[in-house]
Amino acid sequence: MLAFIIRRLAQSVVVMLFVALIAFVVFRYVGDPIASMVGVDTRLEDQEIMRERLGLNDSVIVQFLRFIGNAMQGEFGISYRLQQPVTELILSRLPATIELAFVSATIALVFGVIFGVYTALRPKAWSSAGIMALSLVGVSLPTFLIGIGLIYIFAVELGWLPSFGRGDVVDLGWWRTGFLTESGLKSLILPAITLSLFQLTLIMRLVRAEMLEVLRTEYIRFAKARGLSQRAINFGHALKNTMVPVITITGLQLGSVIAFAIVTETVFQWPGVGSLFIVSVQVVDVPVMAAYLMFIALVFVLINLVVDILYYVVDPRLRVDGGAGK
Amino acid sequence: MTEPLLSVRNLTVEFPTRRGILTAVQDISFDIMPGEVLGVVGESGAGKSMTGSAIMGLIDRPGRIAQGEVILQGRRIDNLPDAEMRKIRGRKIGMIFQDPLTSLNPLYRISEQLIETIRTHLPLSETEARKKAIGLLDDVGIPDASRRIDDYPHQFSGGMRQRVVIALALCAGPDLVIADEPTTALDVSVQAQIIDVMKRLCAENGASIMLVTHDMGVIAETADCVAVMYAGRIAEIGPVRDVIKDAQHPYSSGLMGAIPRLGANLDRLTQIPGSMPRLSAIPRGCAFNPRCPHVMDKCHIDQPQAVQTAPGRRVACWLYPPQDSTGTNAERQTAQ
Repeated sequence: MLAFIIRRLAQSVVVMLFVALIAFVVFRYVGDPIASMVGVDTRLEDQEIMRERLGLNDSVIVQFLRFIGNAMQGEFGISYRLQQPVTELILSRLPATIELAFVSATIALVFGVIFGVYTALRPKAWSSAGIMALSLVGVSLPTFLIGIGLIYIFAVELGWLPSFGRGDVVDLGWWRTGFLTESGLKSLILPAITLSLFQLTLIMRLVRAEMLEVLRTEYIRFAKARGLSQRAINFGHALKNTMVPVITITGLQLGSVIAFAIVTETVFQWPGVGSLFIVSVQVVDVPVMAAYLMFIALVFVLINLVVDILYYVVDPRLRVDGGAGK
Repeated sequence: MTEPLLSVRNLTVEFPTRRGILTAVQDISFDIMPGEVLGVVGESGAGKSMTGSAIMGLIDRPGRIAQGEVILQGRRIDNLPDAEMRKIRGRKIGMIFQDPLTSLNPLYRISEQLIETIRTHLPLSETEARKKAIGLLDDVGIPDASRRIDDYPHQFSGGMRQRVVIALALCAGPDLVIADEPTTALDVSVQAQIIDVMKRLCAENGASIMLVTHDMGVIAETADCVAVMYAGRIAEIGPVRDVIKDAQHPYSSGLMGAIPRLGANLDRLTQIPGSMPRLSAIPRGCAFNPRCPHVMDKCHIDQPQAVQTAPGRRVACWLYPPQDSTGTNAERQTAQ
């Protein structure tokens, strides 16, 4: 187990270094950073001084190593646009994104599994057919359309929920949360649903397909032949076997939920990392873009690590070294 | 005479499909006495396993029992609601499946699967059930059972897993065990051991066995009676010794001729020409008529009914017409 985790960690480091290289190349070679920082009337000498001060005249290798060294200390330079340290910027926006992602991932997972199991156990019922048909909508409609549709119905027509922003937030030291106020929670509902809908339908369809597969296996027949209760068979024997692929997909989707909250955050003007990124792209704020890239890579790498460990917990067949005998 | 443990009466299993109804099992009847071992042989698709599933009430939809009765210890069980049937499965009738590699849930320890099954049927505490489970594993010949019980299925070899499957099928002390090709997926060297274990344990518990297989050797050594199935029907049923020595149905005599024998100086084994028809293309009359060496005009028109030719022996073949059994023999002589 420990060897396995260490091996995985080593792989993660390689992946992160590779992403760092890409981020660095973006940082260094997408246009001249000086040109985008200075005004038209800055003198060439001043530009040269700036170039020297930022270390842009050193060799590429030195610059890359310096980038890595800084990144390891959480240093990604100063935002061109806001003249604040990038790390600080991202950290101040992070709670909003994480809370949104967490809530929508929970919605997606809980309802995805429930609907998936339900439609698998009652494949012929028309309620299942209805859920399946609705899920097609969830899969095929683009996120922004769902978001705008929800805003139109619940914010504009019915006026039940706010259409943008995070509502009132409570400051818990470095974490600003919207969980503790009514307006914060209300503001969370629409974006969370919007962001979760695609994942929800994906998880649901996956759980359904896997469950139907598992219900056909010999060990389920054997469990029936032993007279076990329907409940024990469906939720003990079948569901656990369904979970292995579901964990993979859910893990990766959680990554996407955080990474691609961009669209949802834009539609709802959610003050998270995604909208920070969008604004940064518009003004070519390269340090922020590079840091965002690194951050998303880190999220994916960490989630993959957790997924691999979860496999290990769920499926005893993967525990080749330990487990046996004891 | 004692009452049979299990009576199957005119059982018919059908599968409605787009192209009409397929009859997987047609009008079969047999009894299993307490403690008796009934072998069921036939080619793949002859309806052997389907008969077992029908008795267990485990036919996959859209298949259904279209006709007939299954009577266990004097009680009709084919029409019981599922909740009632669950109390019979495992508790009264145990079932052993073909492939031990796939019949155990890979994600649960052997102990969890055994204890769960035991506690479903018997009022035992967790510790008592565990003790019983270890005893069972001991009985089926798993060495070091008290330690191995907490292993996962993938940590056992195929033969050992089939022993675990037997322990699971027997853990609530069923009166009847349906073994659906229990050795087909195993190494030849292990097959005999598995059959021995199963037979010994059932004998100790006084349980009957319905042994579904296509291995005549296993039947010859294990069974008391044998039912030969062909295209969903029982061609011939009777005591094993009689059927092997003097098979009456041309199909079963063909099967017996296909068993290699020590000492017999044969270059080739007898073989039955052709293959069993698919369920969708069963010929009119006797299903065996295209392959039968004794085929008569009648065989193309009417289906032969089962006829008693000796005590405990029935044959469905026009060589043995219903009315007059002496005539039958004469006819048979001329046919040969």
